[in-house]
Amino acid sequence: MSVSLFGRLRLSLHVLFNAQAAQRLLASQAVATVAEAVPVEPAPVAPAAPQIDRALQLLALLQQEGRLLDFIQEDLTGFDDAQIGAAARVVHQGLGKVIREHVTLAPVAQVSEGQAISLPAGFDSQRYRLVGNVSGQGPFNGTLLHKGWQASAIQLPQTLPGYDASVLAPAEVEV
Amino acid sequence: MSQAKYAVGIDLGTTHCVVAALELGEPGASPELFPIIQLVAPGQLEARDALPSFLYLPNDNELAPELRRLPWGDSAAVCGQLARERGAKSPNRLVSSAKSWLCHGQLDRRAGLLPLQAAEDVIPISPYDASLHYLNHLVAAWQEFYPEAPLAEQQITLTVPASFDPSARELTAEAARAAGLGHATLLEEPQAALYHWLAVHAEQWREQVQVGDCILVVDVGGGTTDLSLISVRQQDGALALERIAVGEHLLLGGDNMDLALANVIRMKLAQQGTQLQPWQILALAHGCRQAKEQLFAEASLERAPIVVPSRSSSLIGGSLRTELTRAEIEAVLLEGFFPAVAVTDPVQQRPRAALTTLSLPYAQDAAITRHLAAFLTRQREALPGQGGQFVHPTAVLFNGGVMKAAPLVERLESVLNGWLAAEGAPPVRRLTGTDPDQAVARGAAYYGGVRAGQGIRIRGGTACSYYVGIESALPTVPGLPPMMQALCIAPFGMEEGSACAPSEAVFALVVGEPVRFHFYSSTVRREDVPGSLLEFWAEGALDELPLIEALLSAEGRQPGELVQVRLQAAIDELGTLLLEAVSLDGSQRWKVQFDTRGQAC
Repeated sequence: MSVSLFGRLRLSLHVLFNAQAAQRLLASQAVATVAEAVPVEPAPVAPAAPQIDRALQLLALLQQEGRLLDFIQEDLTGFDDAQIGAAARVVHQGLGKVIREHVTLAPVAQVSEGQAISLPAGFDSQRYRLVGNVSGQGPFNGTLLHKGWQASAIQLPQTLPGYDASVLAPAEVEV
Repeated sequence: MSQAKYAVGIDLGTTHCVVAALELGEPGASPELFPIIQLVAPGQLEARDALPSFLYLPNDNELAPELRRLPWGDSAAVCGQLARERGAKSPNRLVSSAKSWLCHGQLDRRAGLLPLQAAEDVIPISPYDASLHYLNHLVAAWQEFYPEAPLAEQQITLTVPASFDPSARELTAEAARAAGLGHATLLEEPQAALYHWLAVHAEQWREQVQVGDCILVVDVGGGTTDLSLISVRQQDGALALERIAVGEHLLLGGDNMDLALANVIRMKLAQQGTQLQPWQILALAHGCRQAKEQLFAEASLERAPIVVPSRSSSLIGGSLRTELTRAEIEAVLLEGFFPAVAVTDPVQQRPRAALTTLSLPYAQDAAITRHLAAFLTRQREALPGQGGQFVHPTAVLFNGGVMKAAPLVERLESVLNGWLAAEGAPPVRRLTGTDPDQAVARGAAYYGGVRAGQGIRIRGGTACSYYVGIESALPTVPGLPPMMQALCIAPFGMEEGSACAPSEAVFALVVGEPVRFHFYSSTVRREDVPGSLLEFWAEGALDELPLIEALLSAEGRQPGELVQVRLQAAIDELGTLLLEAVSLDGSQRWKVQFDTRGQAC
């Protein structure tokens, strides 16, 4: 049974059946694998734009699809909740689309919130944060308050030379 | 092709292109979608599962060449996601629905005519050019990923609507040749969807259908509705599938539905004193699509909000809020597009006003159920042994984006079952398990594997019989056009790779002068054989196609010389109809061209 031809191509570059294609894909998609969800040798980091440009690019996407900057920058004074709610729908729908399309999200903890959870000694304190009455070396028995979020991958469009990441949204002029 | 590594299916859709590939020689492999690299914003490239079939002809001032440069080079035009987004804001630079224009018989499909109201600095392009542009893009995008396995060397299947006429098929095949995919096989889209169903169910499909079954495929996409009937027969002790009928070309799809909903909201707002601007209508159609999906997904919801965001940065103050109610979508979509009608209800025709502007021949009656009734009634003799008013399907496969909405599928199915019950026939079984958005591309890739020898093949051949018009030898009556007779030159169901005997009738052609013939097809006259001469036919039994043209080149003959020829039809291995004029001794052959210049009467 062949592994998903293009699925593997898209997500985990290291198993590409063609190294040249992998390089091209890297260049084209600038996929950076984060966290440990894909336990493999580190993918070569894309010869991509500086990280700051990547952050700006994500911000631009959130503005383009979800009007995030417009929403945050607008003064709420004088608007009633119904008006704010209507705008929030645009933001909710658009941001959701960006996150779904570009970030592979999963909860950190697999049990339901409110359930008992036990963390062994030596657990990863970046992945689990203990709050309340913390003492001793573990195992720690407690209740899950928040399931946490982790991104196993983030993919942003490749940018072309000449792309100015500092412009988060161009000024629009109707002619 | 011996070195082909993949069977590749290309769904060149009216609104989206999708490509799927199957690794050949890998038992159990299933077709995968190929992510198509495209511009998604100025200066930003991304690989996506679908390439929106939109072509944008930018002005360099709005979209600088360096910000629209593809990895394989520069292009004057942009296609895909960025084209769709830009085009929504500047429609006079956007080419859309090129595929629908490709089968518009009344105009020259190689002439630059799109966009219709082109901006002054735009050089309009032809529907053929647009299709070629999408194919070239797919070839180049594939080359980026697989430089060692060019698309031109793979086994390619290109899908076309079942209802495409021979000249639209020929134009598609020609675009494929121009893109370097000259060996691409053409496959009808509803058949491709059924191939996907076969692929999904692998060896189990035989348990779901039996000999005698008649499968109706209903494919409602963004821009078109395509209908086909496929019968399950016994052949050499095994089950065999045969496509026995296809419907008319209907320009009616999901986009019409979203616009209809947007119009309802627009009128509702107008009554409340809010007049919408054109750009708001587009945003409204987009919002309606989302609200519709929400209402269809949650049966308990009574209303879904719609927000038309402002164009200024004042999102909260400038946005327009409205809502779509369940009553509205039921009235517009269920009653407008899928009304519960009797199978005898005729498709509504209103006389066309003289068209002052060029436009696509959109279906005049939006009711898909009435078009379905007309199709089944027209094909009542498609299955021997059935004596009803219409052909009785026993199973149904729904395909296309619109058919993802459960309430619409249920309505269509219950209307169909109502017709069947009235004639004492059992209800249809629904064939499931396919993905309505991707089935055509995946099924086409699977078909490539079938051609390579794995799996069952749907037999079909031509879905029409073909005729040339001959002026009757009777004396002309003043004031009346000469009576036309129709001479059958190709029978129904001609298989790929077969040819008819040259016609008995002999035509005299003048060397060096084009001679044009009236050309007809019939989806219902199954019994005619080449040489059958029809003097009369039932209304609607024959459809007139664009004219065909024979031009005898003066090879070794004098211009003006009269040459006697017979006409001969053949279907090549790729599924395209070929017509030739053959000299009486058979020594010389000339191709008879399908007229794509659109001067049919």
